Order: sequence, then structure tokens, then C-alpha cells
Amino acid sequence: MARRINTPLSDDAIKTLKAGDNVLISGVIYTARDAAHKRLVALIEKGEELPMEIRGQVIYYVGPCPAKPGMAIGSAGPTTSGRMDPYAPILMENGLKGMIGKGRRSDSVRNAMVKWNAVYFAAIGGAGALLSKCVKAAELVAYEDLGPEAIRRLTVEDFPVVVVNDADGNDLYEQGVKEYRIK
Amino acid sequence: MGKPARELDVSEITKAVRRMCISANYNVPNGSIQALKKALETEESGVGREVLARILENHRIAREECLAACQDTGVAMVFVEAGQDVRFAGGELYDAINEGVRQGYRDGYLRKSVVTDPLFERVNTGDNTPAFIYVDIVPGRDVKITVAAKGGGAENMSGLRMLTPAAGVEGIKQFVVEQVAKAGPNPCPPVVVGVGIGGTFDRVAVLAKKALLRSVGSHNSHPMYAKLEAELLEEINKLGIGPQGFGGRTTALGVNIEFAPCHIASLPVSVNLNCHVGPHESVIL
Repeated sequence: MARRINTPLSDDAIKTLKAGDNVLISGVIYTARDAAHKRLVALIEKGEELPMEIRGQVIYYVGPCPAKPGMAIGSAGPTTSGRMDPYAPILMENGLKGMIGKGRRSDSVRNAMVKWNAVYFAAIGGAGALLSKCVKAAELVAYEDLGPEAIRRLTVEDFPVVVVNDADGNDLYEQGVKEYRIK
Repeated sequence: MGKPARELDVSEITKAVRRMCISANYNVPNGSIQALKKALETEESGVGREVLARILENHRIAREECLAACQDTGVAMVFVEAGQDVRFAGGELYDAINEGVRQGYRDGYLRKSVVTDPLFERVNTGDNTPAFIYVDIVPGRDVKITVAAKGGGAENMSGLRMLTPAAGVEGIKQFVVEQVAKAGPNPCPPVVVGVGIGGTFDRVAVLAKKALLRSVGSHNSHPMYAKLEAELLEEINKLGIGPQGFGGRTTALGVNIEFAPCHIASLPVSVNLNCHVGPHESVIL
């Protein structure tokens, strides 16, 4: 059974999420990929203000397809999270609570999740058409010049994800392979 | 004196490329769909079955509602097999292909994922050109065009190794399985594994890519290589990575091998991965 949670995420809510949990997310999430992360981290390092509040928020690693007329967004599945690993810990230090993507995270990101009480969710890679149905609104926030890599504020409803890394240091990818590997 | 060359107006190529860029991204190939359905029946992991069912649902929505199955609609790989008795008229072949890509990615609401310079500027070209074009000259008067939309996630998990002949079948197996294990959840499993064996450093990479143009469930026509495909699939599915890497039996839907002659001192091998979407389509003009 999937659990429903709403964004922004509180510290208490994070503590109840465990690796392997099926979760349906509703509320606001922000899109950002490598190029946007690079700019966000540069702003933090210069002590400047970010284009959006990240405290308690969730970032979705996605570069969507253009929306067809009458739709909020085009196909919108997750991109490979590992590319954001160099940037993720400093965002968590500044209050980011959740990340949605697909694929493994580095040790430094996993340690940062434990340290800052944050969580990493996986959405199904290659299911962008299905996932786009859960996006009810999309609004440009910053970096329009990056095209599909711009930061957008998405309003999602029952967006399906699975907890991969929880704040206790568990990792679904490691658990899964251990359970099913033969020999 | 042979027959005069057949004239083919390149505007026909633009039209075909435009249509296939859109269609390939909306319609997941039937071979993949059949393999996913079969996997749904055999997968032991409950989470894995749930993922497979959602993936099939995604591919149905994409087809019925004309949406890209995956938001990464890739770089446009265009493979041309041009009959040597064809003369291209009305413009330049490469321009015509790029125009087809430009129109297809615009009119199909597909994502533009190409940057100008790989290192310093990285500015999006805005129309998904240039296409990545391979032209082979073949006998005859036909032109076969294949469009494959190659996403970055699976592509980044590719690998190549120059083995020595002594490594043999075991060396090939070890490298391929290792490569898929290393990729883990990143290329959106279940994946399709393209393997190139032989040729040279550059040629073996193209072989792996061309292997992915063959439909899932097809086999190499050489029985020894077909057997190796089956053995590799079995080994890979023992890894336990499973659908999306959450654990399970379905890590790969298929392994396709292409091979070529090589130097007496060499045994090049390459792996190029596709996710379960693996968009590609062909037409003969």
C-alpha cells in the first residue's frame, strides 16, 4: 500500500520514511538538473539568494518534454541522479529535504542524507508519459535560457515514488540486489 | 551500360525522418512490449512486477495519447543505407536529415537535448540538431533510413575494452556482465544490451549501437553468437538488479550481439545499453 505525503516535508515526516516504501507525493516540487544545480550552488557559495525557497522542499531531477497545447507538461520522468551528486550535499545543508530521480547516489550524498535528515526517492525511469499525468501545473521559476533544464515549480498530485535512501542510511538498491542475486 | 541512377529527392528524406522522430518516441517497439509482458509473468519480485505493470501502462498511454514514452527523447541517430544506384537530388543529404530532425522534434513536442560544445559552452542548440548520421553504401536502388532516439541515461553506462584474443568467450562474458552490474539502476532497467565484438576501437562501438537497432527477441543469425546472446541474458538476469534496480529477476529484456572481423592481435568488445523504451524505427524509400 502506498502512503500519501505532502510537501514541504517536515523533519518528523522524513523520519517515518523507510527505504522500500511506496509513496504518493502531493504538493509543490521543483525541477532542476545539472546545469541549474551548478548555478544554485554558485549562488550559495557567493552568499546570494536562491530563486526559490529550498528549506523543506523537494527537487525533482527532470528535464521534461514541451507541453502539448492544453497540457501542464510534456513527458516528465526522472533523469540519472548521480550527475547531481557533487551539488546535493550543500543543498541539503541549506535545508533541502527530498530529491526525486533514478539511480545510485554517492557515499557523500548518502552520508549527507543521514546528517541533514533528508530522503531520496526514485520515480520510474522511462515512464515519463505516465508521470506527466500527475503534474497538474508547471510554472517557470528561473534560468529559462537552459531550455528543458530550467527550474520549474510543479504542482503534483499522487506522484508515485519509492524511497531508495532513508535518513537512517538504508539503501533499497543494495537491499534489492542482495535479495535477488544468484550465486 | 547499366541502368541510369534512380533519382531521390531529398525532401522525401526530410519527411521520413520527421515522421520517424515523432513516431519512434511515441511508439515503443513491439519487441520490447512483448518482452515486458513476458517479464511481468515471470518476475518473482512483487515490487518488480508493480514496476513492470506501470511501465507497460506508460507505453500504452504514450501510444494512445501521442506522448513521448520517455522525456529523454535523445539525440537523433540516423543510419542510412544508401543504394549505390541512387542519386540524391534537390539538396544535400545531411541537410535534409537535419531538417527532418528539426521539424520532428518541434512538431512532436519532443525534448531538445543537444548542446553545441561539449566542454566550455554547453549551449542547447534548441532544435535537437545536429543529428548523428552514419551512411553505408550498399548495392541496389533503395535507401533504408533508421532513426533511433538515444537517451543519455543509458548511453552514459556504455563501455569498451580492447581484450586480447586469449580472453576468449569468458573474457567477453565477464566484461559484458560487469558492465551491466556496474550500471545497476542507472540506465532504467530492464535494459536491452547491445554488444559489439571485433572490428577496431571505433568500429566496435558502432557495432554495439547497431545491435540495438535489432528488435528485442531477435537473434544473431550466426548460431554461436545467438547462443552467446542467450547465455549472456541468463547471466545478466542472475545479477538481481531487477526492474528499476529495486531487486528482481528482470534486469535485461534481451542481449543483441553484432560482430565483425578484427586484427590478429585484437578482441575488441563494447557494450551500449538501451532502457526498456529503446525508440527506433526504419523505412525503405
